[in-house]
Formats: sequence, C-alpha cells, structure tokens
Amino acid sequence: MAMWLFLGSECLLFGGLISTYMLYRGRHSAELGPDQIFDIPFTSVSSFVLLMSSLTMVLAVSAAAQKDDRRTNLWLTITALLGATFVGGQVYEFTVMYREGLGFTTSLFSSSFYTLTGFHGVHVTVGIIMLMALVGINKRSRVPGDKAEVVEMVGLYWHFVDVVWIIIFTLVYLIPA
Amino acid sequence: MSTTAEHSDHTDVEHGHGHDDHAAHGEHGQHGQHGQHEEHGHKPTSYYVKVALFLGVLTALETATYWVVEELGAFLVPSLLIMMAIKFVVVASLFMHLKWDNKIFSWLFYSGLILAVLVYAAFLATFRFFTPT
Amino acid sequence: MAIIERPTDPAPVPAVAGSGAPAVVTPSQAYGVLRRPVSSTGWRSWVFTVDHKKLGIMYGVVAMFFFIMGGIEALLIRLQLAGPEGTVLSAGLYNEMFTMHATTMVFLFVMPMAAAFANYLIPLQIGARDVAFPRINAFGFWCFLAGGLFLNTSWFLGGAADGGWFMYQPNASPLYSPTNGVDFWALGLQITGIASLTGAINLIVTILNMRAPGMTLMKMPIFTWMILVVQFLLLFAMPVITVALFLLMFQRSFGATFFDVAAGADPLLWQHLFWIFGHPEVYIIVLPGFAIVSEVLPVFSRKPLFGYRFVVFSGAAIGFVGWGVWAHHMFASGLGPVSVAVFSVATMLIAIPTGVKIVNWTLTMWGGKIQFTTAMLFAVGLVVSFTIGGLSGVTHAVAPSDTQQTDTYYIVAHFHYTIFGGAVLGLFAGFYYWWPKAFGKLLNEKLGKWNFWLMMIGMNMTFGPMHIIGLQGQPRRMMNWTEARAGEGFFNLGFWNRVASVGSFILAIGVFLFLVNIWYTHRAKSNTPKAPLDPWDARTLEWITQSPPKEHNFDKVPTVHALDEFFHRKYEVDHETGEVRKVATAEEILAAEEAQGDKHIHLPSPSYWPIILAFALPVMAYGVIYNRLLIVVGGLIVLLAMFGWALEPSVADDSDYDPPAEGGGTNKELATIG
Ligand code: HEM
Ligand SMILES: [Cu+2]
Repeated sequence: MAMWLFLGSECLLFGGLISTYMLYRGRHSAELGPDQIFDIPFTSVSSFVLLMSSLTMVLAVSAAAQKDDRRTNLWLTITALLGATFVGGQVYEFTVMYREGLGFTTSLFSSSFYTLTGFHGVHVTVGIIMLMALVGINKRSRVPGDKAEVVEMVGLYWHFVDVVWIIIFTLVYLIPA
Repeated sequence: MSTTAEHSDHTDVEHGHGHDDHAAHGEHGQHGQHGQHEEHGHKPTSYYVKVALFLGVLTALETATYWVVEELGAFLVPSLLIMMAIKFVVVASLFMHLKWDNKIFSWLFYSGLILAVLVYAAFLATFRFFTPT
Repeated sequence: MAIIERPTDPAPVPAVAGSGAPAVVTPSQAYGVLRRPVSSTGWRSWVFTVDHKKLGIMYGVVAMFFFIMGGIEALLIRLQLAGPEGTVLSAGLYNEMFTMHATTMVFLFVMPMAAAFANYLIPLQIGARDVAFPRINAFGFWCFLAGGLFLNTSWFLGGAADGGWFMYQPNASPLYSPTNGVDFWALGLQITGIASLTGAINLIVTILNMRAPGMTLMKMPIFTWMILVVQFLLLFAMPVITVALFLLMFQRSFGATFFDVAAGADPLLWQHLFWIFGHPEVYIIVLPGFAIVSEVLPVFSRKPLFGYRFVVFSGAAIGFVGWGVWAHHMFASGLGPVSVAVFSVATMLIAIPTGVKIVNWTLTMWGGKIQFTTAMLFAVGLVVSFTIGGLSGVTHAVAPSDTQQTDTYYIVAHFHYTIFGGAVLGLFAGFYYWWPKAFGKLLNEKLGKWNFWLMMIGMNMTFGPMHIIGLQGQPRRMMNWTEARAGEGFFNLGFWNRVASVGSFILAIGVFLFLVNIWYTHRAKSNTPKAPLDPWDARTLEWITQSPPKEHNFDKVPTVHALDEFFHRKYEVDHETGEVRKVATAEEILAAEEAQGDKHIHLPSPSYWPIILAFALPVMAYGVIYNRLLIVVGGLIVLLAMFGWALEPSVADDSDYDPPAEGGGTNKELATIG
C-alpha cells in the first residue's frame, strides 16, 4: 500500500514536470526545436527496451512468488540490464543533442526537456540500484522466497517508471510540437 | 488487507525470531494472508509474454505514425493519446496487478493520477494552452 | 529499547560483550558495521529511537524551538513598525525577517507540531503499537530537523531568504536577491518536504491498516479522521512544491531560465505551481487545529460531537475542493477574466464545508455542561477567532474587493486570524488536553488561564488593528510608514500600529507563560501530583492505557465496539429511565485490559540509519550551493545508508543486546536489557 501511495504522489511530480515541458516546448530557436532534434526511431527502440524490462520484471515477481530464488535473480538481473540499456541510450541521446548545440541552458525548451527526461532517468537509475540490492539480499537470505513482498514492491515501482515513459514518449516525442 | 509494503519492515520480524504471532504492528488485519498472492494474479509466463507482445505492437504502431503525420492529419493526436492510454491501463492493471488486487490500491493510485490530470489541465488552461492562438 | 521481551526460544548462543568475534554472525552485525543501538536510557535512546511517542515528543520540542525563533522574528518586525520611520532593522534585514518569520512559522512550526500530535496520538487513538514504518518515521523527523537547521544556517552565511514566503519569481532571482538565502530556502524546504511526504505515507498506511479490531472507518476518532485528510493533502501537495523548488534550484544554481521573462519564460509558472501546493497547504496548516478542537469540545461539553458524519464529510470535502481554488491567490496577476470568475466561485463554495464545521462545533457546545478548562478555553477561542478570519476571507473571494485588499495589511490580518486563530490556538488546546497523557502530570490551570487570556488579548490587539491599517492602504512587506501619510483621527495609522506592536508583546508574554507552566509543573521541587488516569473524563482510546503510555502502548490491543469507545465502556444508558450512568472507572478498565495482556510483543528496534541518511541530505544541499564535490560525498553517504538500512532487520537480533538475556522465565516477563 505504501508503494501505491508513493506512486500516487509521484503522479503529481511528473505531472508538474510534464506540464512545464508542455508549456515551454515551443520556446526555442528555429533550428533547435523538438521536431528537429528528436531521433524518433532511436527513441522508439529504447522505449521498446524499457517496455520489455517490464515483462522481465513481471517474470521476476512471479518467480519470487513461487519461491524460486534462482529464477528470480535471473530475471531481476535481466531487468536491471535492460534498464541500464535504456539509461545508456538516454545518455547517448543527450550527448548527441549536446553536440548539436542543445545544452541545458540553451532555451526554455531544452531546460524543461532535460529536466523532465533527466528526472525520469534518475528514477530508472534508482530502480536499477534497488534491483541490484534485491539480488544481493536474495543471495544472502536463507529462506527461499522470503523477500517476495519486496520484489513485488520494487516491481510496482519499476512498472510505474515504465508507465511514465509511455506518457513521455507520446506527449514529448511523438506528438509534433 | 493484503499489502506489499508494510511487510518490508515486517518480514524481518519473522526472519529474526521465527515467530510473528504478535509483532509490533499488532496482529490485526495483516496476518494469515501471506498466501494470498499465490491465489490471484500470477498467470503463466505465456500470458505475460502475450501482453508484452501486444504492448510492443502498440508501440510499433505509435512509432509508425511518425512517417504518416501528414496523412493522419487531425486524427494523429487523438489516436496517439488513445494508444497511450491503452498501454497505460494495460501495464497498470495486468503487470501491476491492479486488476486482481484490493480495490483500494486502484483507488489510491488513480485518485493521484486523476487529480494530477485535472489540476494540471486546469493549470495549462489558464495559460491558454488548449486554445489555438 | 526499554522493554524488550526476553527471548523464550532456547537461548541463542551468546555474543559476549566486548569480545571481538561474536559467536553468531547475524546479518545485523555483519552488515550493520556497528552493533544495533539498543540502549533504553540516555541520549542514545532518543537519537536512535523509532518509537512513535519519543519521535512525537522530539517533533514537539524542535517545533517549539522554531516557534520561539519565528516569534522573535515577528517581534522584531513589530518593533520596526511601532513608530514612523523605524530603524530597528535595515531594509534588507526586514525582508529577510518577514520571509523567514513566515517560512519558520509555516514549515518549521505549525506543520511539524501537527506531525508531533499525529505521531504521538494516532497509534494510541487507533489502538496500535506503533506506526507502520517506524524507521521511516524516525527518518522523517531527522529530515525535518536537518532541513530546518540547514535553512537557518543561511543567517550566518551571507543572509537569509528575502523574497517573501511565496518567493515570487523573478523577484527572487539572483539579480534581485543576490545572496544565497533563496538557495538555502529552496533546498531546506526540499529536505523538510521529505519529512512531510514520508510522514504522510506512513500515517495513511497506519490508519488504514492498523486500526484495532472493530474500529471501522466511521468509528474512528474525529482527530484521526482529520489527520488522515491532512495526510492525503500532504501526499498530493508536496510533489508539486518539489517540482517548483527543483525548477527554482535549476534556475538559481544551474543557469536555467524557467522564470526569466527576458528568455521568454512565463513567471506565472512559479505562481501556479506554488499555489497549487499553497492552497492545500493552508488546509494542511489549519485542519490539525480543527482536529484537536473537535476532540476537545465534546469532552468538555459532556456531549458527543454534534454531527460526527457531517464533520467527517466536510473535512473530506475541504480536502477535495481545496484543490480547485489555488488561483484565488493570483487574482491580481492578470490571469484573464474567465479564470478569475471560475476560481472566484470555487472559492466561495469552499466556505460551505468550513461553515458546516463551525456550526457543528457550536451545536456541540449548545446545551452541554461546559467546563472551562484551559484546553476548552483555547478551543472556544479558536472557534471565535477562526470565524472572524473566515469572514474576512470571504471578502476576498470576491475578486474585485480582493484587488483592493491584496498586499495590504488587511490580508495579514485575515490570515493571522485563520492561522493563529485556527491552527495555533488549536495546538495549544491540544497541549493542555494531552499533556497529562504524554507526561503524566497536569499543567497548572491557573497559569494556563493567564496563558490563554494573554494570548487571546495579545492576538486581537495585534491582528485586529491590522484590518484598519490595511483598509487604510498600508502595504504588507513594507519596512516603514511615515507620519506624513498616517491620516487623522480614528484611522490614524500611527496609533493602530502602536497598538499592534504592544499587542504582539502581550502575545509573546502569553506564550512565555506556557513555557513557565511547563517548568512549574515539572521542576524538581514541583508538588504537582501525578495526573489521574482519566483526568478529563475523555472518550477515545488513547486514555485506555497508562499515562505516559508504555513503550508498547497497550498490553492488549483493545477491541472496539463503538465510536467513542472509552466513553461507552465507562457509561451505560439505563434503558428504563434513559439515564446515563457510570459503570466503570478508567482504573478498572485498564486493569481488565492488562490482565489479558499479550504474551509476545515485538517492537522494532532502534537504528542508526535514519539519522545518518537524513543528515547526508544537507551535505548534498551545501554541495549544490558551494562545491559540487560535496554533492558526491553526500550522495555516497546516502547510498551507503540506504544499503545499510535495507540489509538491517527491523528487530535487532538477540546477540545485539548485552548481556544476552538468559532463556527461561515466564513468557510474560518483560525485562529491561542493555
Ligand atoms: C507570534 C505572533 C505573530 C506575530 C506578532 C506576527 C506578525 C507578523 C507580521 C507583522 C507580518 C507582516 C510582515 C510584513 O508584511 O511586513 C507577518 C507576516 C506573516 N506571518 Fe506572522 N505573526 C505571528 C505569528 C504567525 C504564525 C503563527 C504564522 C503561521 C503559522 C504566521 C504566518 C505569517 C505569514 C505566512 C506571513 C506573510 C509573510 C510574507 O509576507 O511573506 N505568523 N506576521
Ligand atoms: Cu487559498
């Protein structure tokens, strides 16, 4: 329940960031706007990666519920790797944009874009840390499956981060400004 | 109420002492329901794979609009929003188990979500975001 | 922890204190770096505690400290304005003073003081042994302290924030506010915000999941209900201010231009985000006061709360409608006519549930056998003052009249009647009412009455004249007024400013008497006897246990059958005569409960991690302001503390105690170990 409350609260956090972005997405110089700078095929691949990490997370949760620690750890690790791929992709995307001249302070668009996606990236990173900690805890625990509740909780968090990306992907990337 | 979070502090109690008959949290409302998670919501792997495939296809469709922006015209934004909403609900109810869990979780989560949507929509409206200039 | 059940399993292999290698390598030892802090006395028992009662008291003490600080700041403001062309404060210092006064009062006094009551009382009122997440609770408290201290160090590091408590942009941008004050403000509130958010999650889960058997939602004490509403407001309002504060931080410390008009930004963005948070915030401030009086009035009127359901629903309604009115703080900012009309009407609507509450309180007292104890006096004082504040509030729901009043002292008068009258008086009612519960002694009633009357007179003398001053056009946040424009006769600004300043000192003496009262009651030579178990003939569960309560609150978790359970155990209605008669005393009820006490009571153990984690945050915050390297250092501590926390079981292993308890003994035996 605590996690659900937290996620409800997070809705207002991301809502605020997304709204700020929406307000400012049109405020940029002629060459460095969203329609010029985004690489949709690339981002759609990383969206897909994040989506698949949700699947592997589900599999980890159900393995944990069946008290199968080995499989749980396997899926958790894969999830973390997929998440890391996503974050890596984001870092790459940022560097490309930066080279094209879009710094954090270049325009209102760039500041709000980096703030929003950066916040999301931090959330994914925190998720990866939690996944790794979970693997560690699982390895040391003597009772198989006794951390199933925690796995489930981290799972909720992970899916939420994915869901937020679903929204960002549509509102920020796909809908032309 | 079967829950997830409060057990994080709680499972440790069992772990450390091997008996949880009267944990600090009192014994009301939480115990005896540990098994509940197995009873519902844990579908076979193939089920989740199918759901994920469906989501993947939707994502592909979304991406595809990128090349046909002109052709879709006024349909573009609504169709994107609808696909987004479908993906959201599918992940929330199937992957996050809201469909099978206690209704109060849906209630808590969606109240945050709906509040966010309403408040921020009003907020953008005061900036005339939705009125074409 | 003071009372720890002696382990009854075959005695674990003991780890001898001081010998390097413990016989059993338990997770807490292998990964906790240090042994668990398990002492039950001395400063350690407070610093590492996870007990909701100790945390509640600590919240209270620290909040009281900040109340005094905020009060001194207020007195300096009033000294400055006592005469024309005041010279007590420089213009810059004056700005810092009113900004920090408001920030301190709102974020470091009223909110944490409400948290103090909530933390202390909620588990007791719902018959639980602690909150759902005791360690997170401790973490919240330390975040509040760390954030509050961090914020106030700005006084010594170049100057405090000076943009007014709502820190409008771009007025608070580096150009106009070149010191680091605003940075301290943004980061400090971010840290205290964590306390509010974690506290909200914790208390909601506690209330929804851990009520005593039989306590359905509609049998929950009204205090608990109101606090639940407040926690939901916090849950959804804190993230909004978080966003705003982050944007502000990026703007000031990282060169972004979110509020910079020259860069094409819209400064209204800040105003909206701030008030989307800010209006729910005013209910966060005032509802705890309402919660307390809703508990105090029935007890001293010897009647149940009139229309319990109405009070609950109007509380929930306030919590809901409160989200749709934020822009009434922005009528003068050029929102556009449609927005102004919509928000104006919504604001008038919200007066309705508030009015419902006042009516209910009045009808509760109506025809009751009223006992004017100090707690009751404060409660009645609240109803009166808040009504006045509410009425002046309605006058600025009307947008045209608000345009006249905004940014004058009329506004200052209004919100002090609501905040001081609605929240602070309620908190004082709570102090007097629950003092015997928490500390086992009744505060002196005679001093209490002086305390009350001085505060009441002081308050009306301070804030009453501000209505006049304001309608005469004296702007708020203005460091000076001049004789030349003070006006004549009854409306002479000079006269009323002096009255207000004298009033503020009377008010301060009143507050001081409260501290005197505490000293008087608890001084070593005090002849104040131990308070009786049920000094007020109360109605709710917290009085069913000892005062002060044991570490585990209840020997047996009581079963609830009715709203006002405790009252119904003491009294019964004679079905023939219809008379209410007393059938049991508090002592008898307690004895009966204790006789059936639970055998195993496991309390969560104290922990180092919450305080370590909390104090890593200001390190990071200093890093943002001074040196990015510190961010990394702080971040590493955070990471370490989180891992330590995650790997630490919530109940310490037996081997963490020295000497390890010998097995045997009866199950019921409770021993103090360590
Ligand atoms: C001890 C009694 C108090 C006195 C004498 C006092 C006095 C004042 C005065 C004179 C101002 C106006 C400063 C100006 O505009 O130039 C002010 C502002 C304010 N006060 Fe108080 N106050 C008291 C208690 C409180 C409490 C308990 C709260 C809230 C819980 C509070 C909240 C505020 C706020 C929010 C402002 C607005 C500051 C701004 O304009 O940014 N005050 N106070
Ligand atoms: Cu308001």
